[in-house]
Amino acid sequence: MPYGIQLLIQISFSYLSTVAFAIIINVPRKALNLAGWAGAIGWLVYWVLLYDLDVGRMLANLLGAFAIGLCGMIFSRLKKMPVIIFNIPGLVPLVPGATAYQAVRALVLGQVTEASRLTVRVAMVAGAIAVGFMLAQLLAEQTYRRA
Amino acid sequence: MQNDELLKTCLLAGRIMIEGGSEMYRVDDTMRRIAQNGGAKNALVFTTPTGLFIGLEETPMVKLNPVDRRSIDMEKVAQVNQLSREFATQAITLSGLHRALQRLDQHTPFFPFWLQVIAAAVCSTTLMVVFAQTYDWVDMPLAAVVGALGYAVYGKLSSLTRVRFISELIGAFVVGFSAWSGIRLGLGQNLDNVIIGAVMPLVPGVAITNSIRDMLAGHLLSGIARGMEALLSAAAIGVGIAVIFRFF
Repeated sequence: MPYGIQLLIQISFSYLSTVAFAIIINVPRKALNLAGWAGAIGWLVYWVLLYDLDVGRMLANLLGAFAIGLCGMIFSRLKKMPVIIFNIPGLVPLVPGATAYQAVRALVLGQVTEASRLTVRVAMVAGAIAVGFMLAQLLAEQTYRRA
Repeated sequence: MQNDELLKTCLLAGRIMIEGGSEMYRVDDTMRRIAQNGGAKNALVFTTPTGLFIGLEETPMVKLNPVDRRSIDMEKVAQVNQLSREFATQAITLSGLHRALQRLDQHTPFFPFWLQVIAAAVCSTTLMVVFAQTYDWVDMPLAAVVGALGYAVYGKLSSLTRVRFISELIGAFVVGFSAWSGIRLGLGQNLDNVIIGAVMPLVPGVAITNSIRDMLAGHLLSGIARGMEALLSAAAIGVGIAVIFRFF
């Protein structure tokens, strides 16, 4: 499949899934579109870093979350709404929900080694995402204090 | 008397925010702001995901409010934030704020249920493609139907029982069972992909990340409590699905 089409699919699907998840968690109507963009940008950063530049899963997650954090900061200033309205739905494509499910499935099926490998990965990915957010917050605080 | 209503309003605002799934530092911050804008300069605030305390430094008065329900509902967080801003600019009075919060507590505006189910379908099917990274077009319709079904069952059960893990367990079981039957009927190919997509509206990925954020921000109690809740949800969903793999 040509790279352009892949890129288009990745962007549109991550946007759609973020907006859909935002509806599930009852994000106010006027924030839906921007929340979707936060998700699409974050996923794009992750996707390009992981599959094209091959920087490794943790760094890709960290920088993806960093991008979402920055988008959240900018959008929340624009719309005068709390940051998490954009951050939480934006995270959905990155969040290790699928891995968490696979870990529990392995555990229930008695594959203990596989289960612990996946559990550690969930914890590390969640940690990387949290650190990415922290860095975005730090940057935003510094920028706005000086301005 | 004035202080009494002020503290009550602060607690109500805090409780609504926690029920909406706000970060702890924002709950702290909002309660302290409302107290300050209402004239109590040194309010002491202590927040946990299961209960809130607020007191005034010079008086023996301390109030507490338990929090029984916790979910994710961004509308609540946004509205409390908005009301707190209005109170800060003195656009509304204290009793106006209190009434508005009570109204919000009882009637939060919600998207209609059918729209949420459609959203769950869209979310499942697009996330399946995004996660699987194989452009698995054949399985998209099945993932959408299974995801919508699982979410609809989960949503209906949530209004019947207060124990969230039961509705999650049964929702996940419905996802697993309908995905398995769909594959058996030849409507899809890859059982794993369909299930991973279809459980996404249910899984607590966001809760896991939030709990780690709370802990990194220094809210240890809240991080552990929310992490535990997320872990139990993940276990309930995993067990609901695993039944399928075990017996079929």
